[in-house]
Amino acid sequence: MSEHESEQRTGNTRPEEKKISSNPLPASANDPRDIKDHSRRVFLFKVSLLVNGAVGVVLAVPILRYLLGPVIRKSDGYHAWITLGDVNDFPEGQTRLAKYRNPSTTPWDGQTADIPCWVRRVAGNKFQVFAINCAHLGCPVRWFSESKLFLCPCHGGAYYEDGERAAGPPERGLFEYKYRVAGAKLLINAGEIPTLSTPASSQSANFVPLDKVGCSSCQG
Amino acid sequence: MPGLEKQRPRKLAMGLYDWFEHRLGLGKPAFEAAAHPVPASSASWWYVFGSAATVLFMLQIVTGILLALVYTPSASEAWHSLQFLNDKVALGWFLRALHGWGSDFMVAIVLIHMVQVFMFGAYKFPRELTWIIGVFLLILTLGMAFTGQVLRFDQDAYWGLGIGASIMSRVPIIGAPMVHLLLGAPIIGSATLSRFFTLHVFVIPGILLAGVALHVLMVLRLGINEWPMPGRIVRKSTYEAEYHKLNKKEGIAFVPDGAWKDAIFAAAIILAVMACAFFFGPFGPTGQPDPTIIQTAPKPDAPFLWLFAVLSLLPPSLETPIILIAPVIIIAAMLLLPLVAGEGEKHWARRPVAVLMVSVIAVSLGIFTRLGITTPWSPVMNAWSSDAIPTQYLHERTPLERQGALVFQNKQCRDCHEVGGQGGKRGPDLDSVATRLTEDQMVRQVLQGGGNMPAYGNALNPSETTALVAFLKTLRGNDLRPAQDASRALTGTNPPESTATGEERPSGQSHLSKEAPGKP
Repeated sequence: MSEHESEQRTGNTRPEEKKISSNPLPASANDPRDIKDHSRRVFLFKVSLLVNGAVGVVLAVPILRYLLGPVIRKSDGYHAWITLGDVNDFPEGQTRLAKYRNPSTTPWDGQTADIPCWVRRVAGNKFQVFAINCAHLGCPVRWFSESKLFLCPCHGGAYYEDGERAAGPPERGLFEYKYRVAGAKLLINAGEIPTLSTPASSQSANFVPLDKVGCSSCQG
Repeated sequence: MPGLEKQRPRKLAMGLYDWFEHRLGLGKPAFEAAAHPVPASSASWWYVFGSAATVLFMLQIVTGILLALVYTPSASEAWHSLQFLNDKVALGWFLRALHGWGSDFMVAIVLIHMVQVFMFGAYKFPRELTWIIGVFLLILTLGMAFTGQVLRFDQDAYWGLGIGASIMSRVPIIGAPMVHLLLGAPIIGSATLSRFFTLHVFVIPGILLAGVALHVLMVLRLGINEWPMPGRIVRKSTYEAEYHKLNKKEGIAFVPDGAWKDAIFAAAIILAVMACAFFFGPFGPTGQPDPTIIQTAPKPDAPFLWLFAVLSLLPPSLETPIILIAPVIIIAAMLLLPLVAGEGEKHWARRPVAVLMVSVIAVSLGIFTRLGITTPWSPVMNAWSSDAIPTQYLHERTPLERQGALVFQNKQCRDCHEVGGQGGKRGPDLDSVATRLTEDQMVRQVLQGGGNMPAYGNALNPSETTALVAFLKTLRGNDLRPAQDASRALTGTNPPESTATGEERPSGQSHLSKEAPGKP
């Protein structure tokens, strides 16, 4: 079908039609050898299109792989255990701002790779480490110790001291990092901006037996 | 001889022109296009916005290139390079201001252009595709405004990207890949800035240039829309013949007969941008893009303030569906408009629905933008420590009531509740709270929260609650009657005025006022 169309587009080259028609083709096209040449060239042109299409596909593979690099990389690969500080930097019953350098970073990230988080030491070695990002649209929540609330400046989301949603537009409580206490150090599993579909901590970080119990029983 | 002398340079110039024209061949079609006939009715001040948008686009390209001479697209340096432009580069501040104000003007003029085209029915046959390309040009213009705001790599840009990532994360199934594609990395950082730089400087302007060229070519090819007349119906079968007849009868050359208004308006607009840039200066940058500085209240630039307000006011359960579906519906509706309504009346007087739509959309955008400026939903984070309690609320009060005023401030109630015209607007103002709520209701509301108010049961001890409610009971506006518990009045027990604050009587749900505080 397409061959038929293309022949028509290239100008009535079928010999039987040519003889009848009053012939709009150039004079040289009367020569049967030129018609042969013409169909050969049309064929070669189609071949060249095919070759270019194939080259294009081959070229597209590395380009797409490059472009989709951040997507293809396994999300878990971003996360790592990071030391937040000494356990004793965080007084019991209080919530303090801490910061860490994001595990995957470049020197030209500058300050953007310094990520803050809220550390609540419930008691002993029992902690809660909250992401700074509001569960609504990611703005930085602020802790108000007097009213025991986290408040978001953007759209007014509010959370209780245990991170649960108190009021406002968020659908859920604050994002929490998985943590463990090693020696006198507090570690969290982090590395990615937490959103509704990207986790604060690696999902496979659960294998660390210490998190589940919050560690108060296992650490001296 | 002097006449010949004078003619020599002219001859030389003509010769030069001919030399180029023989090789380029651009002059003849350009002159023909410039002088093409347009209906005399369309040489109107209402028809100047399209060319003004194009001129502003050119201004943005020129000023953008000039800024790129100094700007450093690196997360660690971008903010400093903008400070450098503001303070150290001669007239750097002015170029930044031109580019920033030019952006706001361009968004505004593109929107006005669109409204004019809509009201004049110019999207109808045969100009449907011109409108559709125009819709994409609007989206691209807004894309330039957003990516440009990101390049001003300050706190607003940083947290604006956080909002962008959070919106992306709400897409079902492919949310996480979308976030990674947007940010280019697991966090907002150098990779993010680099890709927004690429979008703002290469990708979107490239598409925009091609789109504008196509848009203008189509206007030339199809002819500018004639001034609509009530009762002159567009029909696909007859319109083009009618248009050509009209053009033959009353057509004038676009250049110079029609174009002088475009030129004057373009000059006025550029002058206005320059004036705004000179008197109001550049936008920011605000604080450094350091996420550990959390004392910030991020806000988007003017074109997106309405969206910022909408995102705050949507009910949580509806937010994700609306964020994801509404843009698709809005864009689809704009694209389909000329295909659905390609014929019929053009004049606004015969299209009441169109007039109503434009009015409602314009008023809504205005209201939401105003809300985006005042952000009544945000707590005033320092009201508790900075706003004074009006003295009349402390005069002749018992120690317990004054203690309650302290609790009121210390527990940061003021951040969300106004008293004496100062404080947050997130909750209702409390100047006359005691006329709306009985003591029991106040205790319940404070301890358990409700509506949009968090529960303070964990943040208040019993004596603080007692003092706080004692203070709140004194807030009765201009000595209005306090709210009364009807059931208690009926049974004759515990008349409200004499109810001891410590006396806890469970008040049934039915006693609660319908006007419970804390409505958003």
